[in-house]
Amino acid sequence: MNESLHLWLIPVLPFIGFLLNGLLGHRLPKAVVSAIALLAPLGSFLVVLLASRAALPHSESYGNWITAGSFNIDLSFVLDQLSLIMLLVITGVGFLIHIYSVGYMHSDEGYWRYFAYLNLFLFFMTTLVLAGNALLMFVGWEGVGLASYLLIGFWFQKTSAADAGKKAFIVNRIGDFGFLIGLFLLLANFGTLSFSDLAAKIAANPTLTGGVLTAIALCLFIGAAGKSAQLPLYVWLPDAMEGPTPVSALIHAATMVTAGVYMVARTHFIFDRSPLALSVVAIIGAATALFAATIGLVQTDIKRVLAYSTVSQLGYMFLGCGVAAYSAAIFHLMTHAFFKALLFLAAGSVIHAMGGEQDMRKMGGLRTKAPITFWTMTMAVLAISGFPFMSAFFSKDAILAAAFASGGLGKLLWFVGLATAALTAFYMFRLWYLTFFGETRSHEAHPHESPWSMLGPLVILAVLSVGGGWIGAGRFGAFLSPVLGTKTEELTGSLEYVMMALAVAAGAIGWFIAHRMYHQHSAAAQLAAPAPAGYSLLQNKYYVDEFYGFIIVKPLIALSKYFLEWVVDFAILGGLAWFLAGLATLSGAILQRWQSGNIRSYAAWLALGAAVLLYFVLAPHVFGAPSLHLGMAGH
Amino acid sequence: MQIVSQEVPLVWYLLLSAVLFCLGVVGFLIKRNLITVFMSIELMLNAVNLSFVTFAHQWHEVKGQIFVFFVMVVAAAEAAVGLAIIIAVFRARATLAVDRIDLMKL
Repeated sequence: MNESLHLWLIPVLPFIGFLLNGLLGHRLPKAVVSAIALLAPLGSFLVVLLASRAALPHSESYGNWITAGSFNIDLSFVLDQLSLIMLLVITGVGFLIHIYSVGYMHSDEGYWRYFAYLNLFLFFMTTLVLAGNALLMFVGWEGVGLASYLLIGFWFQKTSAADAGKKAFIVNRIGDFGFLIGLFLLLANFGTLSFSDLAAKIAANPTLTGGVLTAIALCLFIGAAGKSAQLPLYVWLPDAMEGPTPVSALIHAATMVTAGVYMVARTHFIFDRSPLALSVVAIIGAATALFAATIGLVQTDIKRVLAYSTVSQLGYMFLGCGVAAYSAAIFHLMTHAFFKALLFLAAGSVIHAMGGEQDMRKMGGLRTKAPITFWTMTMAVLAISGFPFMSAFFSKDAILAAAFASGGLGKLLWFVGLATAALTAFYMFRLWYLTFFGETRSHEAHPHESPWSMLGPLVILAVLSVGGGWIGAGRFGAFLSPVLGTKTEELTGSLEYVMMALAVAAGAIGWFIAHRMYHQHSAAAQLAAPAPAGYSLLQNKYYVDEFYGFIIVKPLIALSKYFLEWVVDFAILGGLAWFLAGLATLSGAILQRWQSGNIRSYAAWLALGAAVLLYFVLAPHVFGAPSLHLGMAGH
Repeated sequence: MQIVSQEVPLVWYLLLSAVLFCLGVVGFLIKRNLITVFMSIELMLNAVNLSFVTFAHQWHEVKGQIFVFFVMVVAAAEAAVGLAIIIAVFRARATLAVDRIDLMKL
């Protein structure tokens, strides 16, 4: 084993930040709180950078965590190409978002609380990524869920925010249940949860396919679908926009929601052995991408458009995973982290400029009033729409090409992805035109540019969004191949260029329609005109929330109220408690008469008791077989 | 030892002990004066002591006699504490009738 890289510092530094700010933050001045909060992710980022020069993969163990019989879990961290990329994104983008937050949250009362939670999130997220076994990953997995809950409900005075926090937590719980079942199945079948041991055991058994591996893969994917907001568990993510905007950028766009993609990539050796599970992943991914994109077409809240866009882009990543193009999925994960964080932060800057207004119908004309926000947002919009040579152009193209190359079903999914690309371009440019062009439609707002602590991260992320694709174009797969293996089907030559041209054309069509509808006519209702029923279906998000409310939430509440509360709690448990209490009261009422205070009565009872006792001790001797011989021997 | 068993049988000692103990019990139960009650307790203790020495003698065991010393020591201590309590009760309530010292009830 080579020398230690001190990987433990990566999660521990934010944890120290969390402890300091969480315990002492309310007494410290804001400058000190900010310094602590910013140094933690910066320190982690530097440790990751230093570690990136070491020979990979590198693993470190900090002793045994759980030992029970033959079951053994180490407290171990693994740094390989996959976790390195994730860590660079998490700590790098995380640091930028911390800087942005200093400006965005400046006048909030819970300033210290906010940064404590944000650091706590980084602690758990880096633990999740570094974990060398599935159980430690699960700890981080649950931890980021907790941080997400705390930050969505950050403004818990608002009922909607508190409810959104609960919704996120509960929906995630369903996914986590699947994850946990997957872990138990792994343990039962392979006796270990260490990723390297699992990979070795599966590799040593080349005939093992389908069956139990399919079950494990599907259970794990349920967990991934919960965390990464895929059908049918995506419903929590749009509501999560109740949290502060930088939180949406960090947790609900760039990092936490990609944990599911990371988990599938990390356990790809299981998915690779199960064609059925892979198909499910690909279909769910493509369906989510299209489904969420259509809802995104008509949303009017700027953050909700981005939320549905995130769900949709996560669908792309799972489509990539599902056609076994894990490196393409991770590539898109990285570029998405750049441009979606930028979109959210720029949206936050827009909201800041509009004085808290999130409804795009009241915006407009910000192009001249917030020029830096406008230009950075423009870069992000171009990037996500797949404008040539910007980041998503490469990553989305890699996923679509892989889907196309994977054959029959893949061609269909490729077409769904292509359609989604057009929709993506449409709703992004719709947002762009509504926000920045025309006249400001709200008369109360006095739009102004944001401070530099917010604009700085925007500029850096804009550079990454534009150029991020060049980091990975062509060599990302080779870089990740030690972890994820090499993809066999590759498109070659002219077909690849046709693919690219089609993807770009799809984006251009979306842009063109948005331009016609929202720039030339600048009428938001245009979209509704041709198909009012379809429009209202989309605007109500396919009534999925209502559907879940009807088939799950309402029956659950009824069950809780009528059965659990009245029958179980009130009648059975309450009745039992009352019965026992009544018994105690009754016996007390009777027995308390003994406590007369009269010493002679106590003595009489004592004597009586002694006599009875004596009788029972002596009776067998007096009346029974063995007679007493006390001193009688003399006679 | 032989002399005892020859001249006075063991059972007599035990009968005496039993009679004394029962007198103590009866005195405890029927007497109203606290000091008399207290003396009845002493009587019961000494009745027990008597049976202890009797058995000790019978079985040639020194343990019984040691036990008697313990009982005496405890009885002496109890007498000191008990009499002090009786004096305190009398000062507080100007009576020693046990039936009237009955505040510790529900």
